[in-house]
Amino acid sequence: MTNTTHVHRAAERAARQSYGKLVAYLAARTGDVAAAEDALADAFAAALASWPTRGVPKAPEAWLFAAARRRMIDMARRRYAREAATDQLLLSVEEAAAGMDPADVPDWRLRLMFACAHPAIEAAMRGPLMLQTVLGLDAAAIAAAFLTAPGAMSQRLVRAKRRIRETGIPFRLPDRADLPERLDAVLEAIYAAFGAGWPDPGGLDARRQGLLDEAVWLGHVVVGLLPDEPEGLGLLALMLYAGARRAARRGADGDYVPLSEQDPALWDAAAIDEAERLLQRASSHGRIGRFQLEAAVQSVHAARRISGRTDWHAILELYDGLLDLTGSPVVTVNRAVALGETAGPAAGLAALDELAGDPRLAGYQPYWAARAELLARLSRRAPADAAYAQAILLEPDAAVRRFLEQRRARIRPNFV
Amino acid sequence: MQYMLAVYGDERAAESTPREQMSEIVNAYMAYTKALQDAKVLVGSNRLRPTSAATTVRTVDGQTKVLDGPFAETKEQLGGYYLIDVPDLDVALDWAKRCPAARYGTVEVRPIWVM
Repeated sequence: MTNTTHVHRAAERAARQSYGKLVAYLAARTGDVAAAEDALADAFAAALASWPTRGVPKAPEAWLFAAARRRMIDMARRRYAREAATDQLLLSVEEAAAGMDPADVPDWRLRLMFACAHPAIEAAMRGPLMLQTVLGLDAAAIAAAFLTAPGAMSQRLVRAKRRIRETGIPFRLPDRADLPERLDAVLEAIYAAFGAGWPDPGGLDARRQGLLDEAVWLGHVVVGLLPDEPEGLGLLALMLYAGARRAARRGADGDYVPLSEQDPALWDAAAIDEAERLLQRASSHGRIGRFQLEAAVQSVHAARRISGRTDWHAILELYDGLLDLTGSPVVTVNRAVALGETAGPAAGLAALDELAGDPRLAGYQPYWAARAELLARLSRRAPADAAYAQAILLEPDAAVRRFLEQRRARIRPNFV
Repeated sequence: MQYMLAVYGDERAAESTPREQMSEIVNAYMAYTKALQDAKVLVGSNRLRPTSAATTVRTVDGQTKVLDGPFAETKEQLGGYYLIDVPDLDVALDWAKRCPAARYGTVEVRPIWVM
């Protein structure tokens, strides 16, 4: 390994482990998340310039923090000089910076998460904001995960960060009385982080590496803080169930393996056992919610490792409950797939047809893949072929595209 | 940070409020103002005369005109404000929730732009 790759890896590792912690701590006193991010980006650039010749420091996080803090003070100094503000303001920034100890950066990611998921922040932006500030994802990657245009996503992120600073949203944990309500928003955003990491099973994308683990870790933090919140337990269980199948999603040759064809022996049994315990703990509170229901669906899938079969009737029932609770078109797609298993492909397709006019689904790959499969089972070759084509067009993962191409080829043996 | 709690309410509804209930509301505002003073967060506060007393100056086609009436006809009107100094938005929101206007109308919380 060359020295440069070594340094790049050290920097990437530090970035993955420390990014959110550093942003949270740097931004906590001023509320200026954008300034913290800018300063941190400069610190990373300085690391890449300095580490190859001087060596990777023993404590990369402390090194990055010290560099970012210096940068933040410089930036504040210049900004205040330009705006001709009083020395008093600058002094307060320097005092705030001086009060931070680079040797012991506390983990304030949860505070940052509650700030990002504050009711004063537009609901749709809470997940993207957390992905960027806690995990360091760039606007383009977030836009891809949230099915929006990169430029628009970037602008909305800038505005949301400005809003945190200008409205004075605090970086602290909400009072007990406000916690349940505030928690829902945080859970949604953690799940969004998990979802953004999900499409990269090979760990090929450095920006997404560790995203699943980060999200699971954030789930653990929330459960540790609020052990009696069933939805927090449900979310953690859900992420563990899904994460347990990570290795089984690819064959030895890198091919995509759908859930129904996965070998349960490849699932992480310990993670599934932990998920089962968490879900049981959650249900003991008798307060059902979205994440507990989704975790329960995963529990039914996981039961195949023992029973050797999938109880689609149970899954359909759970999706019925989820649909009542959320009314989400994504749930409708999943429910249609379950219906296709219990009542046949025509019933599944009819359920999908109810969504045909929903503009949100035009670019949603699972809708087209589900549609293609149901049409194929009904031997409706031309529309099935068109639906496969649409699903392939929308799928960013080459392995999944290859899988869809194979499925598509089965229904048109006479052509090509 | 300083925040303005802008108090909005339906003036017409207020006009037809029975005297007894009105004095109850006034008492609630007095108690609220005292609570803000006791907590040492109150910077200033004023009640405004209704929009029927408003006069508006506006530039129309390059000409400055004086118009009778308020800036805009709305269902709820600005009826007063509290200026408070608190550590952050959450504390400001807690005070806004305690404001009588949160029961009788709407409270808009806006940070002061420090120049």
